[in-house]
Amino acid sequence: MAKLKNLDQPAKVKNYSDFQNEKGATSLLIARIASYVFLAFVTIMCLFSFYLLIINSTRSNAGLQQGFSLLPREYFLQNFASAMASSTYYMPRGLLNSLIVAASTSIVTVYFSAMTAYGLFAYDFKGRKLADKFILLVMMIPTQVSTVGFVTYVRQLRLVDTYWPLIIPAIAAPATYFYMKQYIEGALPLEVVEAARVDGSNEFRTFNTICLPMLKPALAVQMIFAFVASWNNFFTPALILDKAEYYTTPIMISLLKSELTSQAGDLGKVYMSIFVSIVPVIIVYIFLSKFIIKGVTLGSVKG
Amino acid sequence: MGKKHKSISYAKWGYLFILPFFVVYAVCTLVPLFSTFFYSFFEYRTTQSLDVIGPNFIGLENYIEMFSPDSTGTIYVFQYTFNTLLMWLMGAIPQILFALVLALIFTGIRLRIKGQAFFKTVIYMPNLIMASAFAMLFCTLFSNVGPVNQLYQMFTGATAPFEFLRDVWSTRTIIAFINFLMWFGNTTILLMAGIMGIDQSLFEASSIDGATSKQTFFKITLPLLAPIIIYVVITALIGGLQMFDVPQIMIKGSGGLVEEGCQTLVMQLNRYIGVTNNYGEAGTLSVYIFVVTAILSVIVFKVTNPGSGKKKAKKGGK
Repeated sequence: MAKLKNLDQPAKVKNYSDFQNEKGATSLLIARIASYVFLAFVTIMCLFSFYLLIINSTRSNAGLQQGFSLLPREYFLQNFASAMASSTYYMPRGLLNSLIVAASTSIVTVYFSAMTAYGLFAYDFKGRKLADKFILLVMMIPTQVSTVGFVTYVRQLRLVDTYWPLIIPAIAAPATYFYMKQYIEGALPLEVVEAARVDGSNEFRTFNTICLPMLKPALAVQMIFAFVASWNNFFTPALILDKAEYYTTPIMISLLKSELTSQAGDLGKVYMSIFVSIVPVIIVYIFLSKFIIKGVTLGSVKG
Repeated sequence: MGKKHKSISYAKWGYLFILPFFVVYAVCTLVPLFSTFFYSFFEYRTTQSLDVIGPNFIGLENYIEMFSPDSTGTIYVFQYTFNTLLMWLMGAIPQILFALVLALIFTGIRLRIKGQAFFKTVIYMPNLIMASAFAMLFCTLFSNVGPVNQLYQMFTGATAPFEFLRDVWSTRTIIAFINFLMWFGNTTILLMAGIMGIDQSLFEASSIDGATSKQTFFKITLPLLAPIIIYVVITALIGGLQMFDVPQIMIKGSGGLVEEGCQTLVMQLNRYIGVTNNYGEAGTLSVYIFVVTAILSVIVFKVTNPGSGKKKAKKGGK
């Protein structure tokens, strides 16, 4: 009733849809219920496998072989100990290796992408438009297409079993550049750069001490994405890391398969190994999710 | 410095700032890209006794080899293309449909859904999970001693487990499902941004004119969302053609029919480079993937955007 009254007041466009609300109140209610049911279904679909993962990482191998259960047991620490024990896949080492690679990669990606975007934004020079077009064009090329040449070079230069071939190429990240360029255009007034110039600041210093801090939100979002992408990368590391001590987490995970098929395999250990490679990311994500979701929209869709 | 000739002296800084990107891109991607294409005309491989053969120029022989059928009449590169596209489609169709429905639910002003932040957090989460760990998790859940089989045996009374990972279609479905689960949240967020970018007055006008919500969707939302849907489909397609982590983990060691039915293009590339060290044929396959990606992107763009000039495109959309 209160809503109908609104109609008499000076017209706001919103009132028309409110009026429709009254007309189709039942159909709206049905739509709302259907929406919640659908959302509940999607939520369960997303979370159920992780729920099973967490539950199963607390159960013993014998219990896991025996039957299905949705209730946790007390073998968490025992599984943790066996997953972390030295073997063909030494999880702590893998996690540390992944951390090293992902941390360096994400820093390099973000810094140099911002630098490139800044260079193309703040300066007018010959070939500027062309450079921008070029990066957008190569963004479409699948990375795997150049892998053959890349791997042969890495082998010829004896860079196998080092992390350089994973970190250095991250300097040129077209997608991150694209994001940074769009952000800079909206967030960095050229007057700031000019003011710094008047104050006698060197161009490079202006970028590092004045512009970078202004780009913090974009840097943080892209850093998270670059970190996750590197942390999850399986294709290239699997081709250039030969020795087990250099393996990153995804390669270690791929070795778990043998544990599944062999009779002596320990399922508790398998679940726990997956647990340690997934759950830390989930926990970090829960804290940063708002930020991340905002970041997805900012970068990928124009205005 | 450079106080006298501002516009000239600052240009060099521009070059300097973009230099690292272009040098690294040239060295790490462009040159390898050309040598990949170059190797595709060469015999260049390591034999089982670890002797390196080549590189010897053999012209188009690798290409002829790639497109010729084996003894059973299968042209493997087409089989792998088919597998890749099939599993991509099986995941991408529900991915885009779910995303569209979810985006409409989240942006529906009249629906006023509560707890949006929670639902968005949940649906985006699988995107950040390590694909290989995700695949391994599903491998474990669907293994012969996994919970899915335990439930299957409990409900059907079957004494033997159903070997999900030894069946081509169940393996394909699981792979497609993982891809769907990993990407529909991302697509939802992108479509939402697209819908929210549409001029609200259009919805209000249509509501005043008495349009049903179905009419509003098909006559306003969908056409104006087209540029973003194209963007989503093209990026999903390029990602789909690179499908590797999930099927690689799922079918590792499965062999036989499952391998033939689920092997993707990039998995085959990985095998050439990493297992058989056959750089020549790997190069040929790379060229093939490159060309297929380009062709499919153009097709998707043409099909989803007929007469792109005429339509009132959203500002900034291609």
